[in-house]
Amino acid sequence: MQKLLLLGDEAIAQGAIDAGLSGVYAYPGTPSTEITEYIQASAEAKERHIRSNWSANEKTAMESAIGMSYAGKKALVCMKHVGLNVAADAFVNSAITGANGGLVILSADDPSMHSSQNEQDSRFYGKFAMIPVLEPSNQQEAYDMTRYAFTLSEKFGTPVLIRVTTRLAHSRSGVLRAEILEQNDLSLPSNLKQFVLLPSIARRQYNLLLGKQAQFEADAAQSGFNTLIQGSDTTLGIIACGLAYNYLMENFENHQVPFSVLKIGQYPVPHELVEKLYDTSDEILVLEDGYPVFEELLKGYLNRGKKIMGRMDGTVPAAGELNPNIVAKAIGLPVSEGFQQPKILQGRPPSLCEGCSHTDSFLALNEALARYSSGRVFSDIGCYTLSALKPLESINSCVDMGASITMAVGAADAGLVPAVAAIGDSTFTHSGMTGLLDAVNNNSPILVLILDNATTGMTGGQDSSAHGRVDDIVKGLGVDEEHIRVIIPLRRNHEENVKIMLEELEYMGVSVIIARRECIQTLGRRMKLKALQKKEAGN
Amino acid sequence: MKKDIILAGVGGQGILTIATVIGTAALIEGLQLKQAEVHGMSQRGGDVQSHLRISSNPIASDLIPEGKADLVISVEPMESLRYVNMLNKETGWIITSMNPFVNIPEYPDLEVILNEIWNLPHNVTIDAEKVAKEQGSIKAANIVVLGAALPYLGIKPESFEKAIESIFAKKGDDMVKMNLKALHAGRQLADKRG
Repeated sequence: MQKLLLLGDEAIAQGAIDAGLSGVYAYPGTPSTEITEYIQASAEAKERHIRSNWSANEKTAMESAIGMSYAGKKALVCMKHVGLNVAADAFVNSAITGANGGLVILSADDPSMHSSQNEQDSRFYGKFAMIPVLEPSNQQEAYDMTRYAFTLSEKFGTPVLIRVTTRLAHSRSGVLRAEILEQNDLSLPSNLKQFVLLPSIARRQYNLLLGKQAQFEADAAQSGFNTLIQGSDTTLGIIACGLAYNYLMENFENHQVPFSVLKIGQYPVPHELVEKLYDTSDEILVLEDGYPVFEELLKGYLNRGKKIMGRMDGTVPAAGELNPNIVAKAIGLPVSEGFQQPKILQGRPPSLCEGCSHTDSFLALNEALARYSSGRVFSDIGCYTLSALKPLESINSCVDMGASITMAVGAADAGLVPAVAAIGDSTFTHSGMTGLLDAVNNNSPILVLILDNATTGMTGGQDSSAHGRVDDIVKGLGVDEEHIRVIIPLRRNHEENVKIMLEELEYMGVSVIIARRECIQTLGRRMKLKALQKKEAGN
Repeated sequence: MKKDIILAGVGGQGILTIATVIGTAALIEGLQLKQAEVHGMSQRGGDVQSHLRISSNPIASDLIPEGKADLVISVEPMESLRYVNMLNKETGWIITSMNPFVNIPEYPDLEVILNEIWNLPHNVTIDAEKVAKEQGSIKAANIVVLGAALPYLGIKPESFEKAIESIFAKKGDDMVKMNLKALHAGRQLADKRG
């Protein structure tokens, strides 16, 4: 069979489709976005009526997936690592309810924070929820493990977490598909109270979960995703999790490593494999992309056993992603070097597109705020976060989805008045609405600037859940209609927009200014598509 | 055979198209392939790069080890210099367009950039935009650069032609022809030093 050239993300998507998926629920987030996009674009998925619309946020996505699982069908939830923070309440409790139809959660981590606020390690969440975690090391494994995750989930009646990192999610290689499976029929849990987490029921469910832990480990010992390859050189034993395994192999001719290597792809990690490696090696090196999750577990608090090297002792840098040379240095192998980068090199940071509506919005805001002391603009996650950089330098915070409005509320409470929140339309429906409700209930003297470009821009222009209803939502949340203003962020409206902002900055209550102009990228694509369709219709 | 290639440029310059052409050509010849990229900055004028690894044997790492890249192929001169630390000092080739993309205020003097490139032991530079315009469209500048890199890729020119035919097919016959011309022009007109 012909190999498909797939990104890690795409391999996961195809794996899910082939496993008999009925629905994918997700919110865009780099590096996970492409999974849902692949399913949305897939002809097979369309034929099979696999639902794939974007959700308002990762929590609603997780919950709907639990709903589909409750009804007996296979569901996949996709998010970036910080998205799991948003989904956490539902995620952790889905381990207590258990799964009926296969329930698989995909979290894509971003070591080195290529486009994220942190490099948190999703494996912690798997451990926290006490569910199996699968961590592929290449694109074929990403495909195979996704199929296996659904099998595992239905075998044990538990959600399963798959963890990938950017370098696998956004890397392409050949993948062989296996046969495509049928979807499940609608079928409810035999115990219709299983998902009711009243304490009396939850306690029972929790004990069931505890009882499954040994079985999870036994499965990890026989699935083939954890393998111990004994080496002849016993001075070092290496534990390589997920992608780290590749970097290790890269450093050895014909991928022949003289040391014993424990390749980890499924958690909880089987004790007997670790014991065997530990007992037959003088020292241990743990290689993992992300946090020292396994290293810390292995070391224990007192670190009284054999020497265990990794991120915690500096053998591997504590922060940032792994690469072949970091691994080479950790093992004490010679490292190749290229040429010195010339000093004339300049950074080329990402910037807002030519003609972006956010530029006009922030130019107006900058001018309006000129009469106030600086440091009062709380912003959020999206393309508009780039306004922190030159030449705009408009914003002073970006912490997590929706934090703009709520931080403005808190800062205003502290006396920083007026406080300004700048948030996008997709971010607003993701987690800004509840913050605005707080602001209204507190009558906070804040100005909320909703940058409505009718899209989820930074991740590539996916549909925004706001769907042009921002005005109604804001009204519905109780903002005084006289202080809901709509402006069009264009150069020619600059003076008028500044005037409106000044007025609303003076108002000592909640003001919302909706700055509405379609994203220049999605507009361009839409026009191109229209022209193409017109051309084809004409033919 | 193995070729470890860093592709470089600014978002929107068609770096990933080059990667797709090389990747498709490699698959046509039955080679193994891994291609890593960073998404998201392509619309926003930031630097983009892709690690493209081709081999007759299974490939382990998605990332090319520092100092081991056989080629840096760049659609922008300053961007080509950003990856000289990845280049194999003895055998690595740098192949780049000479046309600067100036979207930052402190963009260095082009003379200085070109001299840095010409100081490297194995370099190929080409006025890609000029050549592309002569072939029919300035947008084919990326394919012109690819043409200049052809002799160093270890893949038959016919495989590249087949790759271009299949990738640009849905854009029409004219597009395919133009890109093939751009590919050949790049190969003919590159200024090779070293």
